[in-house]
Amino acid sequence: MEEKQPILEVKNLKQYFKISRKFTVKAVDGVSFKIMPGETYGLVGESGSGKSTTGRSIIRLYKPTDGQIIFNGQDISGKMSKQEISMLRTKMQMIFQDPMACLNPRKKVMDIVAEGLDIHHSYSSQKEREQKVYDILELVGLSKEHANRYPHQFSGGQRQRIGIARALIMNPDLIIADEAISALDVSIQAQVVNLMKKIQKDFNTSFLFIAHDLSMVKYISDHIGVLHLGHLVETGTTEEIFSNPIHPYTKSLLSAIPVPNPHVEKTRKSLTYDHDQSDVDYTVGTEHHVGGTHYVLATDEEFEKWTKQ
Amino acid sequence: MAERERILKIRNLNISFKTDSGTVNAIRGVNLDLYRGETIAIVGESGSGKSVTTKAIMGIMANNGTIDSGSIEYTWHDENTGEVRTEDIVKLNEKQMQKEIRGRKIAMVFQDPMTSLNPTMTIGKQIMEPMIYHYGKSKEEAYAKSLELLELVGITDAEKRMKNYPHQLSGGMRQRIVIAIALSCDPYVLICDEPTTALDVTIQAKILELIQDIQKKKNLSVIYITHDLGVVAKVADYVNVMYAGKIIETGTIDEIFYDPRHPYTWGLLSAMPDLDTNDPELYTIPGTPPNLAVPVKGDAFAPRNQYALNIDLRVEPPMFEVPGSTTHKVASWLMHPNAPKIEMPHALKKRLEKMEKGGK
Amino acid sequence: MEDIKFLDDDFQLVGDKQDITKDVVSPAKPAWKDALGRFCKNKGAVIGCAVILIITLLAIFAPMFSSWKFDAIDTSMKNIGPCAKHWFGTDTYGRDLWVRIWTGTRYSLFIAVVAIFIDVVVGITYGLISGYFGGMVDSVLQRIQEIINSIPTLVVLTLLLMVMKSSLFTIILALSFTEWIGMSRITRAQVLKVKEDEFVLASRTLGASDFFIIFKEILPNIYSQMIIMVMMSIPNAIFYEAYLSFVGLGLPIPLASLGTLINDGFNSFLVYPYMMMIPVVIFSLLMLSFNLFGDGLRDALDPTMKEM
Repeated sequence: MEEKQPILEVKNLKQYFKISRKFTVKAVDGVSFKIMPGETYGLVGESGSGKSTTGRSIIRLYKPTDGQIIFNGQDISGKMSKQEISMLRTKMQMIFQDPMACLNPRKKVMDIVAEGLDIHHSYSSQKEREQKVYDILELVGLSKEHANRYPHQFSGGQRQRIGIARALIMNPDLIIADEAISALDVSIQAQVVNLMKKIQKDFNTSFLFIAHDLSMVKYISDHIGVLHLGHLVETGTTEEIFSNPIHPYTKSLLSAIPVPNPHVEKTRKSLTYDHDQSDVDYTVGTEHHVGGTHYVLATDEEFEKWTKQ
Repeated sequence: MAERERILKIRNLNISFKTDSGTVNAIRGVNLDLYRGETIAIVGESGSGKSVTTKAIMGIMANNGTIDSGSIEYTWHDENTGEVRTEDIVKLNEKQMQKEIRGRKIAMVFQDPMTSLNPTMTIGKQIMEPMIYHYGKSKEEAYAKSLELLELVGITDAEKRMKNYPHQLSGGMRQRIVIAIALSCDPYVLICDEPTTALDVTIQAKILELIQDIQKKKNLSVIYITHDLGVVAKVADYVNVMYAGKIIETGTIDEIFYDPRHPYTWGLLSAMPDLDTNDPELYTIPGTPPNLAVPVKGDAFAPRNQYALNIDLRVEPPMFEVPGSTTHKVASWLMHPNAPKIEMPHALKKRLEKMEKGGK
Repeated sequence: MEDIKFLDDDFQLVGDKQDITKDVVSPAKPAWKDALGRFCKNKGAVIGCAVILIITLLAIFAPMFSSWKFDAIDTSMKNIGPCAKHWFGTDTYGRDLWVRIWTGTRYSLFIAVVAIFIDVVVGITYGLISGYFGGMVDSVLQRIQEIINSIPTLVVLTLLLMVMKSSLFTIILALSFTEWIGMSRITRAQVLKVKEDEFVLASRTLGASDFFIIFKEILPNIYSQMIIMVMMSIPNAIFYEAYLSFVGLGLPIPLASLGTLINDGFNSFLVYPYMMMIPVVIFSLLMLSFNLFGDGLRDALDPTMKEM
């Protein structure tokens, strides 16, 4: 375990957006974590916590303001060489949130899925291209005949699987799933999650799973990071986070998970955490080691107070 | 239990939509009862017709939709005389609907608080408007009542908030305002269409608790439309599971959660992982919901049902009563005395047993 | 329930006889067929389309199959009212109006179509660059466009036509000079909207070049907007051309366009009303049809309620 290199290492990532001369939004403010090959890292947080921005900075849809992103041993946070770009664009892929918007409505499924192949010229004949697409479609549970249809002829879950096929055809080492299942129905969510697990098992792919639904995150992730207001307030293995949450925000998140069990749910009262009134200042906090891979963002006094509770 | 007072009675409701690709039979024979002070939930996937049903109750159907048959009877006590009146909403015209029912008797809370509020009007005006319109209250009266309502939905410094515009508030706050507006005309029935889906997890529970609280205070009847079984578990007294425009299983919350009978309900319950799930694979319902533009033959769920019987492909199952219960009904041929005895999947059974024990 | 006749095998499991793992995708009509269906339902648009077709065909073929020439002056038969020999009569110089009017329509249409074509090329390119690259590029391009736009169209047109000799080329140039701004604005707005869509982001994460994204991802998704815009601007161009001709800045004699014909007819309107009435009717028909057609196209290609 020790000698393994992480597939992705994010060090102190900062992503600011300048809105006007005086006003800058600090969407992500110093986030660090690691993803090991074949593992799933779940990034949770409420809307506006910067979790989607983190994903998009890592895959370089934005240019990070500061910090380091090391992917496959290469730094991809600054200016990249041609070779690095092509490595990043094939080995790291993304699955998007909205099954309605993530596929070009004017293209056939065949061309959507083959897009990566077309861009990187990774086939020698039309026949090979076709065959690759058919193989991938079969893998995600669709059939050959579907390749010549347009996205609007598919249901939400099927479109999401086409999106997965598009990412998968590049044979990526890391897939960033940005709220990939939130827009789907419960029964369809399970289909997609099963598919992702299967891919992980067969190809040893790593996932960065960005979501707000904690029960699904718990089910799929090996490690979890809790993001709040652009800061990673707590990170650790799923076990560590769920059995021993330290940060009050994590606690409130965990207590808010709805349980499909009337006897429990009817009596459950969730904890509240109001950041504005808690006088916790994330910018002065430092990482405190709880044990194992479990870290909390806190000042010394806060850490003492929270662990005692 | 005291005498239950029925407020809403839907019988054999059929609704269809005309589209470019033919007629879509969105609702196919729905029966529903709502009693005073109780909460029912309608659960189903998108496209199952749950939203259409409630829109029909509110009389706000899209232009291309028509109610083909059925009745939606609404019963209430007249404010002045106190006598009991019953009216079939389907037969009312738009004007009567607007004057008598919508907003005044039945109010609705929508999914997205940002789009259901008018961004160019202050909060105060938006709460006062329906009162002035429906009850002809004076401005002062309406203002006083608005303050009261804002406090009821848990908004502090109400007086200041009255002057705010929607964009100045957070998502949870906005949803509270929407609830306050819905309550402004003292409705008997509150319909909540996915009231928490657009909100963050930490706020979701708060909003649900708020609605429950108000329901108790005002003796409201609430209809929840949701796909989230967690929400259902928290709030509902009775659950209706909807699939392809039909209610396929109905019963009390305990019956549905601890003793489900329809294979679709089994699927729904198993597909959502709880915090203890660590099976290598989640149970899923295979396939996708049917296209209702194509006439349904037999049971609409049969093509996705691993327990389908031959008769499912031929004849649509009627509602069977579950033995030993007056409330639990299931539309599945598996309930017929001649059908083979099919048990729910083993993993689900174990989980439900654990759940039932764990909760007590 | 009593009236259901049960078969022997009714209560046996279907089991493996149906494959529930197979995904069924409901067949649906292609998008263009949907659009065509919606278009055909709109009677006004269909009539508009038909009228445009008829007028265009007449403008192309009527002068060819007539024994008269549009610029042949014959003073011996001037000012003849519509009759069997001269279907639309003759003008003050004795030129056959049937031929002359259709030739004029031909010029009007030609000017409009060419001018709009130039607009489209310039406007879309400008809008695409401005919208897609954003930032500084966008700011500079937008300021330039604002400056051009702040000069009233008519001033630009008259100035241009006064400086240059009035000819077919000048009129086309003058019309293209201002009309492209609307086109580029719409393009830019559309690009800004589509640019942030997830399928474009997906392309970027796959390493697609800007060129690929613009032409393969963005353009196909905005072209229906463009077609609508083109259809809406053609009557505008026809109108400006007619206006310029009417105030005497139009095509040089003896060329004819609908504008010059109306102008000529206007001079003798009180004596020979048909000389002006006929081109006016054709002009109005053409404008109306293009507007109806454009509206119909918009409703067909861009239905706001795609679902349900």
